Amino acid sequence: MNIESSAIFNLPFITVVVLIGIGLYALMFKRNLIKIVIGITLIESGVNLFLISLGYRKGCYAPIYTNAPTTAMVFPIPQALTLTSIVIGFAVTALMLSFAVLIYKNYGTINAVKTRRLKG
Amino acid sequence: MFGTLETGYGYWSPIIWVITIIVIGIIIYIIWWLGEPTYKKGTEQTKPFLAGMPELSKEAVTVRADNVYWGFKEALKHYYRPMINSHSGVINDYICWFVVVLAIVFIIIWGML
Amino acid sequence: MFENLVMHLPILIIVIPLFGAFAIYLFGKVSDKARNIFAFILLGVTEFLVLVLGKDIYTNGLRVYTLGATSAEMTTPANYIMPVRIILVVDALSIFMGIITVTIAFLIFIFSLKSMKEYSGTDKYYTLMFLLLAGIIGIEFTGDLFNLFVFLEIATIAGAALVAFFTHKAESAEAAFKYVVIGSLSALLVLFAVALFYGQYDALNIGYLGNVMEHSFLDKIAFGVLLTAFAMKAGSVPMHMWKPDAYGEAPGPVAAMLVTASLASMYALLRVCFTLYGRGLNTEVIGWIIAVLGLLSIFVGVSMALIQNNFGRLIGYTAVAEVGFILLAVGVGFAEFSSTGFGFIALQAGLFHILNDALDLGLLFLVSGAVLHATGKRNLNELGGLARNMKYTCIFFILGLCAVAGLPPMNGFASKLMIYESVYQFNPVFSIIAILASIFMLAVFVKVLYSVFLGPELKEFSSVKEVPASMLLVMGVIAVLIIVIGLCPDIFVNWVINPAARALIDYGIYRGMI
Repeated sequence: MNIESSAIFNLPFITVVVLIGIGLYALMFKRNLIKIVIGITLIESGVNLFLISLGYRKGCYAPIYTNAPTTAMVFPIPQALTLTSIVIGFAVTALMLSFAVLIYKNYGTINAVKTRRLKG
Repeated sequence: MFGTLETGYGYWSPIIWVITIIVIGIIIYIIWWLGEPTYKKGTEQTKPFLAGMPELSKEAVTVRADNVYWGFKEALKHYYRPMINSHSGVINDYICWFVVVLAIVFIIIWGML
Repeated sequence: MFENLVMHLPILIIVIPLFGAFAIYLFGKVSDKARNIFAFILLGVTEFLVLVLGKDIYTNGLRVYTLGATSAEMTTPANYIMPVRIILVVDALSIFMGIITVTIAFLIFIFSLKSMKEYSGTDKYYTLMFLLLAGIIGIEFTGDLFNLFVFLEIATIAGAALVAFFTHKAESAEAAFKYVVIGSLSALLVLFAVALFYGQYDALNIGYLGNVMEHSFLDKIAFGVLLTAFAMKAGSVPMHMWKPDAYGEAPGPVAAMLVTASLASMYALLRVCFTLYGRGLNTEVIGWIIAVLGLLSIFVGVSMALIQNNFGRLIGYTAVAEVGFILLAVGVGFAEFSSTGFGFIALQAGLFHILNDALDLGLLFLVSGAVLHATGKRNLNELGGLARNMKYTCIFFILGLCAVAGLPPMNGFASKLMIYESVYQFNPVFSIIAILASIFMLAVFVKVLYSVFLGPELKEFSSVKEVPASMLLVMGVIAVLIIVIGLCPDIFVNWVINPAARALIDYGIYRGMI
């Protein structure tokens, strides 16, 4: 990958691992339902960052043809994949938050331990 | 033959099974038909014998769904108590189980390298 | 001209429900009857098209469709060296699952015409059902990994919104929240594995990746992530706990459709294991992992189902056990990976059990929906003595009971016999535990039969009437299918399942079409 030879030395990939790790920690140990939604959003941001940083080529410009200095550009496909993924993530977050609102209206609390009538 | 499923170690033929069941049913019907015809419904012959006590209504003695397998549940309660407690309903526990399985699969794959 | 139509069928079968989902909402604003007729016509056309495509695939082999090209097979544009286009690949396994999905969706739609009539918000219900159908068919027909992620997310979102249909009840929102968190976590991890593949090979098509893959360390990590993510979405132990929550709170027809969604996730697992990786992995070890996961699912699912009191939740736990049977058979087939011998029979048994599982569990969930429609209750402690008023529903439930417990001559017995005999050659202990679990499943459903249908007549149910005729017709069609498949299983195994299993083992055909 060309990111190692640039000046930032694998930093995006380390950030991806840290983001996914913090997201999984929030999912596993936090009891507030809104914090669980934030955990899913963090994992989604980590995977999107991973997708974007795969397309980098050293010394190339953004893939826009108008007024381009040269035709050496970074890969445009991961940017298309990431756009799709961001839109899907937005829809899923909206759905999860609306479920959290419904749970609050019915139970009166959004603690994951207290809102569990379905058990056993 | 039509209707035979080969499983590689034997075969299963549902047509022969249906024919066998019909033949056995006919034999059972013939045995019943040769039986005792002095059975009168609705008289003292059909009431259950409860040692002289009056019979309770059917709604009072029916066993509801939760209690049908009571003996089985009591005998296995040392198995069922941790099982029911681990199906806790808290979503964080669901994700913890997933991470545990992911870790086990990664360890097996790393050992396989 | 006919060849022209058949060439475009893979994309038509995905697009027609997708278009119908949004057009139905507009029709629903006009009148209910117009919407029902329009939806019926759309689903009938989709069913006809998928049967035509099935006949074509079983005679001619697999079919590739490229989106946006001048001809359907041009996966590589001119002057390019590798296929970069989005493709749909339909082979014998994909069309087998597609026929199951569209047929069950058609029958469920006819069932929910009367079953959902008294609730408000039925416009949105039909929109979401069509979206769910489009998502599931998309998972089954796609030949591209990122497309698989997109359709998996569509199916998760539509399914979660449908689970929360009864918004006045508190438990529905809780079950839907759990479903969407689990579903989106597994889909995000699938995207992570897809990004790993893209980073190494610059390609996303399944066939091309299978040819080019070098089985490096990152590929093995991606396989571990994909295996766990798809097993979680399919509902195997120990990640199964969302299944009884979601199936217990959803309406009856919705639960039958969600069973099809989890079977589509099982199809994605098969596609990744057999076609994408093939023999490059250590198939013995991976087959053992999948078989052990299946065995745990069977045991835990059945033993927890014995003590439940909610009708839908109990059937949800048996759904976990049935997925365990499929995983056990597929794991044995993957460990052996040959086209003769007990591994091939185990693979055929697993695919046959997918068909039987969709039908049997669909019938049981529809009976649960019918009981809810007639009495308004789901708790087994409060029901009783319904066989006097609902005779036909009781007969269909007895047929479903015999089928799911594996009693002859139903279809459940045929596929379970194949599973027992082939798994016995692999390891006798697995087969013995599977047979014991089938006996437990009979005990579970006899408990339900006794407490819901048999017993003395209760005063509050004296005015309960039989469900409307369209719901009985749907349950009757599924029962007739169960008996027909049970009476001549060899026709289905030799003509439908054998090409599908062979398409998995001979993965060179799939990879060579790209």
